[in-house]
Amino acid sequence: MATATATKDKSVLWDWLTTVDHKKLAVLYLIAGTLFFVKAGMMALFMRIQLMSAENDFLTGQTFNELITMHGTIMLFLAATPLIFAFMNFVIPLQIGARDVAFPFVNALGFWIFFFGGLLLSVSWFFGGGPDAGWTAYVPLSSGEYADLGLDFYVLGLQVSGIGTLVSAINFIVTIINMRAPGMTMMRMPLFCWTGLVVSILIVFAFTPLAAGLALLMLDRIFGGQFFIPDMGGNAVLWQHIFWIFGHPEVYILVLPAFGIISEVIPAFSRKRLFGYTAMVFATLVIAFLGFMVWVHHMFTVGLGPITNSVFAIATMGIAVPTGIKIFNWLFTMWGGKITFNTAMLCASSFVPTFVLGGVTGVMLAMVPVDYLYHDTYFVVAHFHYIIIGGIVLGLLAGTYYWYPKMFGHKLNEKLGILMFWLFYIGFHMTFFIQHILGLIGMPRRVYTYLEGQGMETMNLVSSIGSFVMGAAILVLVINVVYSAFNSERITVNDPWDARTLEWSTPTPIPEYNFAQTPQVRSLDPWFYEKVHGDGTMKPAEPMTDIHMPNGSILPFVIGLGLFTWGFGMVMMNMENTIVPPFLVIGTGVILTFGSMLIRSIKEDHGYHIPLEQVKKIEKEVS
Amino acid sequence: MSDDLSKPFTKSSMSEEEIMKINKERKIQVTSFAFMIFLTILAFIAVATETIEVGFAIPFILLLAVVQFFLQMYYFMHLKDKDHGWPNAFIISGVVLSTPALIALILLLGVTKY
Amino acid sequence: MAGSVDLSKGLPSHPEKSTLEGKNKFLGFWIFLGGETIMFATFFGTFLGLREGTAGGPSAEELFSMPLVFIMTMLLLTSSLTSVLAMFSMKKNNFKNMLVLMIVTVLLGLGFLGFEIYEFVEYVHHGLGYTTSAFASSFYTLVGLHGAHVLFGLCWITTLIIRYSRSGITLTNAPKFYVASLYWHFIDVVWVFIFTVVYLMGIGGA
Repeated sequence: MATATATKDKSVLWDWLTTVDHKKLAVLYLIAGTLFFVKAGMMALFMRIQLMSAENDFLTGQTFNELITMHGTIMLFLAATPLIFAFMNFVIPLQIGARDVAFPFVNALGFWIFFFGGLLLSVSWFFGGGPDAGWTAYVPLSSGEYADLGLDFYVLGLQVSGIGTLVSAINFIVTIINMRAPGMTMMRMPLFCWTGLVVSILIVFAFTPLAAGLALLMLDRIFGGQFFIPDMGGNAVLWQHIFWIFGHPEVYILVLPAFGIISEVIPAFSRKRLFGYTAMVFATLVIAFLGFMVWVHHMFTVGLGPITNSVFAIATMGIAVPTGIKIFNWLFTMWGGKITFNTAMLCASSFVPTFVLGGVTGVMLAMVPVDYLYHDTYFVVAHFHYIIIGGIVLGLLAGTYYWYPKMFGHKLNEKLGILMFWLFYIGFHMTFFIQHILGLIGMPRRVYTYLEGQGMETMNLVSSIGSFVMGAAILVLVINVVYSAFNSERITVNDPWDARTLEWSTPTPIPEYNFAQTPQVRSLDPWFYEKVHGDGTMKPAEPMTDIHMPNGSILPFVIGLGLFTWGFGMVMMNMENTIVPPFLVIGTGVILTFGSMLIRSIKEDHGYHIPLEQVKKIEKEVS
Repeated sequence: MSDDLSKPFTKSSMSEEEIMKINKERKIQVTSFAFMIFLTILAFIAVATETIEVGFAIPFILLLAVVQFFLQMYYFMHLKDKDHGWPNAFIISGVVLSTPALIALILLLGVTKY
Repeated sequence: MAGSVDLSKGLPSHPEKSTLEGKNKFLGFWIFLGGETIMFATFFGTFLGLREGTAGGPSAEELFSMPLVFIMTMLLLTSSLTSVLAMFSMKKNNFKNMLVLMIVTVLLGLGFLGFEIYEFVEYVHHGLGYTTSAFASSFYTLVGLHGAHVLFGLCWITTLIIRYSRSGITLTNAPKFYVASLYWHFIDVVWVFIFTVVYLMGIGGA
């Protein structure tokens, strides 16, 4: 029997490095994601300063290219994805009544691999500048001929962080399928769990083609592969296909969890159950499926032919139908409800119209003939920022304010929250609404400057001012976090919002085993059901016994470090004058990675048990 | 309880009936293996003999590959057994989502326009 | 947990799925295989899209030899059978038998890998380097990736065999062996498509 290891014996740093607890990993994801978010947001501000006036020389064209690339890449892979994973990690096991995820070790592994991948991408700044071929890294712009070391960091950094995302996704799927509490049938799962399940499936099927594509680009750049060079029989369109086969589902990977968060927050603060639950689940599945069938709409102007373009245009417009179902369900949830407009609800309800705007421009872009007009203009930039900020970021903000008390034991300050919301909302529309018009009058995207007298100065200025207002909003959020940590009241009740789902039945702060006894679920919105029809506590599904817990491990951290070293060694193969030979670095990385995997494989680790007396003691303390 | 996890067993809990069943299944597996070998040989012959024209041989061997895929998945990997609903869902999704990707990478490279 | 099955009667008839841990591993691995499917599809698509692009270098018809591919196919198919039989032995708590069959699987896999390395060396001698043409790059990448999967599988199964050479079948190692055998079958499935699409269609000159 494995020896029991109590958390208290470890130092704080060691505890966080070795933790496999989903709640702690959620916090790690939240911190890492926020740091990357702030970094990429600063880049956006620099770009807006550059574009504030015509023929500005605040940044050079090269730096501007590096900034657009890193801004997009970081925001999608290293900010939005981990922030979503933070909530999925924290909330999903609680919502389905599980003690932890299916593979706690793999959960930690996913985080550390993602983190080191992000680090690998970021260190490019110290080796001659970031990647500069756009976040889509189209060949030949990203080939060895035109792009420098930055692209090698891009390829390998994303490859590594992609592995992390993939293993986390597999973990979530298994958790949701296998670990549900008794009575928690699939059709009783909260919608956030459903969207969590569906995005994890999307990740499994979308990140694997990305891994293949990145591998091809890496082989091209480092080992002299000929995939994309027409003279050698290659084809540049190949990369575009592979990238968008991944890239379009990626949009849904990010936006579906935001839908899930909105579907939790709106019912909670409308004091009504979610309207059309079954239709919402169905719509999520349809969106996920169609998300894989529409990628060519990013490539309408490549010239693949009229039939191809028509088929994909129609499929794209089809996505508007399930999305519309969702929009109406949220509206009908609010209809006639007793609505409380706190910050979470403000973010969630304002998400609805903003997202509609982004969706409508999406349908506009899906029409092939006019797409030739919009393609590569600021219209596209405006469209996808309406989806990403108006959809995903508002969803994440709503989730932050909603789940913050459960995660950290105190609420965020409401006054500062409402101030943040209005600054953010006004700043956002100021920045991006006007970009639609800029695009329509012909401003191309990804240019670092524009000429005077073309009617673009005022609109660009407005847009830049808006971006600073948005920046101020994020600053207010940061201040709020610090302020609330010191001045907010501790939450002592389980359920500060009087909400509906199972995570609110746990005590605050949550003990490491979540549920002393696995709850018996009797209905959709189980916690609300018990409050109305029962005695306000969850019925236990098992007697109180010793609780089995997984052991912490440093191996996930070491595997992440190993992959980082391995990837860095690969990049070194393209460097001149390396101090150590690249093979040595690659070898070290390989040994670290596979050595740790070997140790994990041969050392049986059955975890430990928290004895019954201790469980009883903890339960008395928290209640 | 943890001790049980690393302990070998002295006997199997299978009843006579279950053993009969498993032996029968084993026989089916060996038969399907023989069938797979046969299909493989058929595919090689289809290409090796020059008499069969290419327009027929290629779809034919592709069909054989698909049959082998099903045999491997459903017999060797037990997808046909009960409790394999989710695995089935994931493999079928994988195949369904692979199809448009494959077609695009083969046909839609801008060389011929469709 | 192990508590849900009665262990006094002996090894459960599905030892790979009688603990929650085992069930999770089983499902998680199938999900992984679903992802692998589409990853291999991408590489197949790349190969099929680029196989005409020989850029004046050697083409498939000039290089591929049917007897070699046939032997490799037979080796891998047989190894798939032995790993199936090993799983039957596992279910019947016949540990020795399982170990022997797994060792045979590894040996057959080694033979396959040996032939593949020989094959690649041969092609390089015939002027098909990795950088020769798009056809060459995509061929080596697709088949090489499969070879890397075989290598990984060999290391994996060997580790399991050595680690558990004396332990008998337990509820901890049964899922491990089962998952490894699933992986091995999947490699075989991929090879079925490689020999059909890459070699036979290459030789047939479609």
